[in-house]
Amino acid sequence: MGRLIVPTKLSWQIGEVTDIVRETPRVATLTIDVPAWSGHLAGQHVDVRLTADDGYQAQRSYSIASPPEESRLAITVERLEDGEVSPYLVGELRPKDKVELRGPIGGFFVWRAGDPRRLLLVAGGSGIVPLMAMIRHRAAVGDQTPVRLLYSSRTFEDVIYRHELERLAGANQTLTVAHTLTRSQAPGWTGYARRLDGAMVEEVAWPASDHPQVFICGPTSFVEAAAGLLVDHGYEPGWIKTERFGATGG
Amino acid sequence: MAFISRGFRGKRRDTASSSRVPPGQHVVNDFPVLSAGPTPRPDLARWSFTINGEVDAPKTWSWDDFRKLPTETVTVDIHCVTKWTKLDTSWKGVSVDTLLEGVDTAAEYAVAFSDGGYTTNMPLDEITGHKAWVVYEYDGQPLHPEHGGPARLLVPHLYLWKSAKWVRGITLNKEDEPGFWESNGYNNHGDPWKEERYWGD
Repeated sequence: MGRLIVPTKLSWQIGEVTDIVRETPRVATLTIDVPAWSGHLAGQHVDVRLTADDGYQAQRSYSIASPPEESRLAITVERLEDGEVSPYLVGELRPKDKVELRGPIGGFFVWRAGDPRRLLLVAGGSGIVPLMAMIRHRAAVGDQTPVRLLYSSRTFEDVIYRHELERLAGANQTLTVAHTLTRSQAPGWTGYARRLDGAMVEEVAWPASDHPQVFICGPTSFVEAAAGLLVDHGYEPGWIKTERFGATGG
Repeated sequence: MAFISRGFRGKRRDTASSSRVPPGQHVVNDFPVLSAGPTPRPDLARWSFTINGEVDAPKTWSWDDFRKLPTETVTVDIHCVTKWTKLDTSWKGVSVDTLLEGVDTAAEYAVAFSDGGYTTNMPLDEITGHKAWVVYEYDGQPLHPEHGGPARLLVPHLYLWKSAKWVRGITLNKEDEPGFWESNGYNNHGDPWKEERYWGD
């Protein structure tokens, strides 16, 4: 009957938390040892399922932060004050705790090293996570595709992976990182200090004549604005892949 | 013994309506947006809706003609594969049954297609029999482009990726043709009550 998709069941697996790193006041990275992990692509996500002792369950999706080349899975989670799962992951969970997950999920918002197109990555807040998996993937395999990252955060303290991005951009001329801080800036801040706009896109984005590949991830309003600005900049909608999250990701 | 997450209790904010919340879902009150690319900019002068494929003659409506078709207003619960469920959403549009009136077809499958190239597939009997609509109003207002305006498919008994935003037509097929997400790891059928999220579920 038509084209057959060979189904591979994504089974729930139990991983052990090996490390928790606080990235910002509200964001932490969990490194998880998943013995039967089948591997993943940069940009994919996992479903995490929590189970209370009376059987009550809650599930959410989280982007994978680690590149395919790393054996242990890392997810970076922002704690949402009204959330159900994120306050547990960022707050309650400790190393050696077990966590149930399944994945990897998603075959569209992915980037593979070797793609010759110039890359533009646009991140709003914790939308940096799947894009960081791409940047790490690229670094791990020594890919030299020129990449520009435009990364919008509220304050300097909210910038996730700040040191690693500095180090990677310093070590490799083909990665350029432009930050904008939308809420407050420390004295001496040299990056942008406003919401994404056409002038910023003009300065940071590859010209449309380069036919770049674009990944945008962040809150809905940010993604809508960024994608609209890039279309205005002359990009074809088909070059742009988006991933959005609402405030209710939990 | 079943796995237990040490120290997890949960917020259980959905208990009042839990019989309406499929497994693995939680209720939201806002209306999150999910789509794979930029939101298309609507152009009603060039908009049309088409039924084609395994039919004697394709049917096409302009925006003005489409708006003259008999409408229905439905209040339904919607379920997104990203885990949110929204209860009691109100939509106005045209039943797919109305669009297929007078269409003689041997097709058993349908593919909805949209501006921007998005497609999604369903057995034809999942969108007939008062189960699916092409809607252009949400909550009494014209459907916002972020949510699929000017018009989207609404198939509330399946996960929301089947309710194609910016829909421009339905192709009837004798054979099943996986659509965009169905070719990218998501379930071919997508029944939230069976938790058919991904390939193999």
